[in-house]
Amino acid sequence: MTLIGWIQIALFCLIIVALAAPVGGYMTRVFNGERTFLSPVLKPVEAGLYRLAGVDESTEQHWLTYTIAMLLFHVGGFFIIYLLMRWQEFLPFNPAGQSPVPPELSFNTAISFITNTNWQNYGGESTLSYLVQMLGLTHQNFLSAVTGIVLAVALIRGFARASAKTIGNFWVDITRCTLYILLPICVPYALFLIWQGMPQTLGAYVDATTLEGAKQTIAVGPVASQVAIKMLGTNGGGFFNANAAHPFENPTALTNFVQMLSILVLGAAMTNVFGRMVGNQRQGWAILAAMGVLFIAGVAVCYWAEANGTATLNVLGLAGGNMEGKEVRFGIVASALFAVVTTAASCGAVNAMHDSFTALGGMIPMINMQLGEIVVGGVGAGLYGMLMFVVITVFVAGLMVGRTPEYVGKKIEAKDVKMAMLAILILPLMMLGWTAIAVVYPPAVASIANAGPHGFSEVLYAYTSQAANNGSAFGGLTGNTPFYNVSGAIAMFVGRFWVIVPMMAIAGSLAAKRIVPPSLGTFPTTGGLFVGLLVGVILIVGGLTFFPALALGPIVEHLAMQAGSVF
Amino acid sequence: METSKLRKHSSAATLLDTRIVVPAIGQAFVKLNPITLMKNPVMFVLEVVSALTTVLLIRDITVGTGGGLFEAQIVLWLWFTVLFANFAEAVAEGRGKAQADALRRTRSETRAKRLLLPDNHETYENVAADDLAAGDLVVCEPGDIIPGDGEVIEGIASVNEAAVTGESAPVIRESGGDRSAVTGGTTVISDRIVVRITSSPGSSFLDRMIKLVEGAERQKTPNEIALNILLVGLTIIFIFATATIPSYAAYAGGAISVVILVALFVTLIPTTIGALLSAIGIAGMDRLVRFNVLAMSGRAVEAAGDVDTLLLDKTGTITFGDRMATEIVPVPGVSEHEAAEAALLASLADETAEGRSLVALTHEKYGLTRQPVPEGATFIPFSAMTRLSGIDAAGRKLRKGAIDSVLKFVRDQSGQTVVEPPNFRAAVDRIAQSGGTPLALAEGGRLLGVIHLKDVVKPDVKDRFAALRRMGIKTVMITGDNPVTAASIASEAGVDDFIAEATPEDKLRYIRGEQGNGRLIAMCGDGTNDAPALAQADVGVAMQSGTQAAREAGNMVDLDSNPTKLIEIVEIGKQLLMTRGALTTFSIANDVAKYFAIIPAMFVAFYPQLQILNVMNLSTPQSAILSAIIFNALIIIALIPLALKGVKYRPIGAAALLRRNLLIYGLGGLVLPFIGIKAIDLAITALHLA
Repeated sequence: MTLIGWIQIALFCLIIVALAAPVGGYMTRVFNGERTFLSPVLKPVEAGLYRLAGVDESTEQHWLTYTIAMLLFHVGGFFIIYLLMRWQEFLPFNPAGQSPVPPELSFNTAISFITNTNWQNYGGESTLSYLVQMLGLTHQNFLSAVTGIVLAVALIRGFARASAKTIGNFWVDITRCTLYILLPICVPYALFLIWQGMPQTLGAYVDATTLEGAKQTIAVGPVASQVAIKMLGTNGGGFFNANAAHPFENPTALTNFVQMLSILVLGAAMTNVFGRMVGNQRQGWAILAAMGVLFIAGVAVCYWAEANGTATLNVLGLAGGNMEGKEVRFGIVASALFAVVTTAASCGAVNAMHDSFTALGGMIPMINMQLGEIVVGGVGAGLYGMLMFVVITVFVAGLMVGRTPEYVGKKIEAKDVKMAMLAILILPLMMLGWTAIAVVYPPAVASIANAGPHGFSEVLYAYTSQAANNGSAFGGLTGNTPFYNVSGAIAMFVGRFWVIVPMMAIAGSLAAKRIVPPSLGTFPTTGGLFVGLLVGVILIVGGLTFFPALALGPIVEHLAMQAGSVF
Repeated sequence: METSKLRKHSSAATLLDTRIVVPAIGQAFVKLNPITLMKNPVMFVLEVVSALTTVLLIRDITVGTGGGLFEAQIVLWLWFTVLFANFAEAVAEGRGKAQADALRRTRSETRAKRLLLPDNHETYENVAADDLAAGDLVVCEPGDIIPGDGEVIEGIASVNEAAVTGESAPVIRESGGDRSAVTGGTTVISDRIVVRITSSPGSSFLDRMIKLVEGAERQKTPNEIALNILLVGLTIIFIFATATIPSYAAYAGGAISVVILVALFVTLIPTTIGALLSAIGIAGMDRLVRFNVLAMSGRAVEAAGDVDTLLLDKTGTITFGDRMATEIVPVPGVSEHEAAEAALLASLADETAEGRSLVALTHEKYGLTRQPVPEGATFIPFSAMTRLSGIDAAGRKLRKGAIDSVLKFVRDQSGQTVVEPPNFRAAVDRIAQSGGTPLALAEGGRLLGVIHLKDVVKPDVKDRFAALRRMGIKTVMITGDNPVTAASIASEAGVDDFIAEATPEDKLRYIRGEQGNGRLIAMCGDGTNDAPALAQADVGVAMQSGTQAAREAGNMVDLDSNPTKLIEIVEIGKQLLMTRGALTTFSIANDVAKYFAIIPAMFVAFYPQLQILNVMNLSTPQSAILSAIIFNALIIIALIPLALKGVKYRPIGAAALLRRNLLIYGLGGLVLPFIGIKAIDLAITALHLA
């Protein structure tokens, strides 16, 4: 570990915190339908879109209507991607002449993109046409991100409103989020990436003659436009198979840093949106603080583990940490930080191979995802996931002050606890359950590249990543098989929507409640005590759930590694 | 009476009284019935897995494929865990049962004298109390037990209500007015009354009381339901966590026996709080009963903990009921002694509280000795018409009373217009503005001075209200006084707000307004005109001495008819919630140590490296697992006293309270099992049990 490494990490955290309030303030105005500096340009466009779709801007929806609208919207998204992939050879913008994608892989990819997972069982440059990349994937990168954000906003409205029947209008929210938030950031962001050397073309792949005289095909395409939203929307699906480790997808140290920032910026700002909407920004800061504690702890462990390298290599005199699977141009700190950032959020873009991390270094991304990606988290999804833990924390601890637990003035009652528990227990079921099946099902075991606990980690990571809608891969596992394609798609689908529906039920239940004014008898949720308690509950509930699995994977691997045996 | 003794004398000290413990042990086995146990999902799951492991153990022993001492001990301790949970509940119930039995005896032995004809109050038939229907008229004579709840429609009687209130001093019950309600099970001491029965059989106050103290019809309270859901959720998560282990172990080339998996599962699921949850609820209700308050629902007890605003009647709660004289201000030309002497004489025969306080004042402040009423004196009592009182003795006409009435008297006596001395008017205004009542004092045609009557605030209320404020509870005083008087008393007593010149409608409006702002309101009342407000309040405490209407409207009845008890009721409500929260936190925090005991023991056979996780250095895998499961069972027994007594509430503000409880139950829950499991491991190893 180096001082410059720590300075880089500190600078990163500072910028994220500094951006939270201004970006949060802007987002709050957008979702409240207030005027922003872009309104003169965008308001007519927005109004035109509503007219075109026949949406009444002023009508709000009940939580159930809102949720059903969202689900229907995704059914449409699923079919667009699936059919584009199946029929890509008959469609335009296919200069490389890609053939139809097989059904299971199309199914997995379609689910993957509507759930904001972007799990890649396909290799972008070798499988997909430009049309699929743009109309299918980039398009869903926008919409799945927007969905996460607006659902979180709907939940926030549940906390903020008193005795209300409605929590907003799904169609209006997604339109505003896309027009006012994502597009205005993505356009200049993509231009920045192009300036840094990222390709943006509809032209065919380039043939080059190498110095040795060999022929090489260099894949290009509309990369920058996709990467901008891939990061900002915490999607993570790479244009290229190597994702952000590919020089065209992450050309410079500056793009690496800016890409990391863009992964967390909206998620962190959402905590501020929460604070503003419930009328006390400190509530938002408290949540961001809890996320921050978990984030910094994760970065510290991961950086330490990677910088120390493995005992085996150290014995051989190879000091300087673990560089296996890392881009030399990024080095250890930028790779460790990237790994924690991408799994803290539900991004899943990678600039190094997590499979090659040390056991403990690779365990941190896994834990980040197993906790439900609530450490800042996916855009919107991180906040609503975190709020589910807040509900549980407030419920247990709130009882200890001798009152029916309440959070930001809303009493937490049986229905809310029930829904929060449902949302929380879905992820362990998908992550642990599918892993348990895969490690004893012979065709699935055959896909595992490494022996022993490391092989176990590969499977655990795969389902963890998919259920948490992260999409990063540990590597080592051959995922493009019928079993993994189908089971992974189920994990992604359930991990996304079975969390969303109970969460939205809470939004509806909370919106209908009165707001209890705070008093001295109210358990304060803005101070260090609450932050510590929230972190404690997350670690105990999450830790207890995954401890046996982690013990058999990374922990035992680490202990073995210290004794000199690697897998 | 026996019941009253029970209630007054059984305290937390007799927690593990053999009269309760012995039957509770039997009950613990009866409660193994899966149908009743299903109400407690965590314990039900525990019973299911215990039965499963028992079957496996028997199979292994009969087939001869294993089933050693270790497995047998695990199974045994699993059953102990279920039994301990049942025992906790049985002990909590046992404390109410004895009381209920005594009450039930009163009811079943009662006979009633039912009138044959409604208009003829003399002829009656003798029937069992259970046969009475609502609307029947009964006669009660001295020595009779009133056969059911009802209303006195004729006569007046003194009634001993000890059977219900535990208080043996008789109370007066009469037809009409606010004292017409009688309660079944109470005894008429003197005179004869005719009572119209208002309760149908089985739903009388006494019946409800029996059910309440017995906990027979205990409904789960809202927070208890929510907590149960949380516990079920955690249990399901731990099913996922443990059920997937065999497959992971198989991949690693190992195998894990069912009994060990069950041991891990049982120690992880929140058995501690699951076992004690219903005991906590029953004990909470029981604490109220011990306090002589009957809550008609558990919901009301919980709501008491949530109360934001207390509505308190001024009279009797904040101030002593009666106003007292505190000073005498003479007019110029009259000495203090002369005025005091006149005041004493004027009050000698006045038996009202105000008159007596004036006599006491002249004695204490002005050094006069009490003298007998002079021979031949005529006492002029206070009347609403004259608004003054006094005495005519030895040619002196002494009067005290409302200012204008006394001035009129002086004018009539002297036959000329009275010139008010300037300091007289100043004193009157000062007293009125301070919230007191000024009385003028005169002798014949001569004005002597002003007497200051004051509503005296009870000495300890200010501290109590300060404590309530620290609890985050706002106090509101309700009074019929004018705003000036009310404001003065309010500031002296330290209440946060007041409603002056309050009518029943004002109370109702205030409650609705506060509720509209999301606050929970508690109030107490006794009169029929309090009933709407009592019904509207989230916690309405009716006085046992109050009317039937008030008692029906409230969701609690205070048998001691003491309005200051609201404060304790709030504390009991908070205590109930806190105890649940504290034991839940404790239970979850315990899991960390159990993991460190069982996980290495479980996997060490095929991953010896994991021995490093055995931070407690437990001697063998078997003893580690056994120690964890024994700790898990014994902690239930150890915590029964806390569950029954409740976690003490301290009015130190939510943040401080949370910090304190987190430290004790969170951190304590984290650390204690490490020590406990290690100690049990040492004992097991010493005894060669594993």
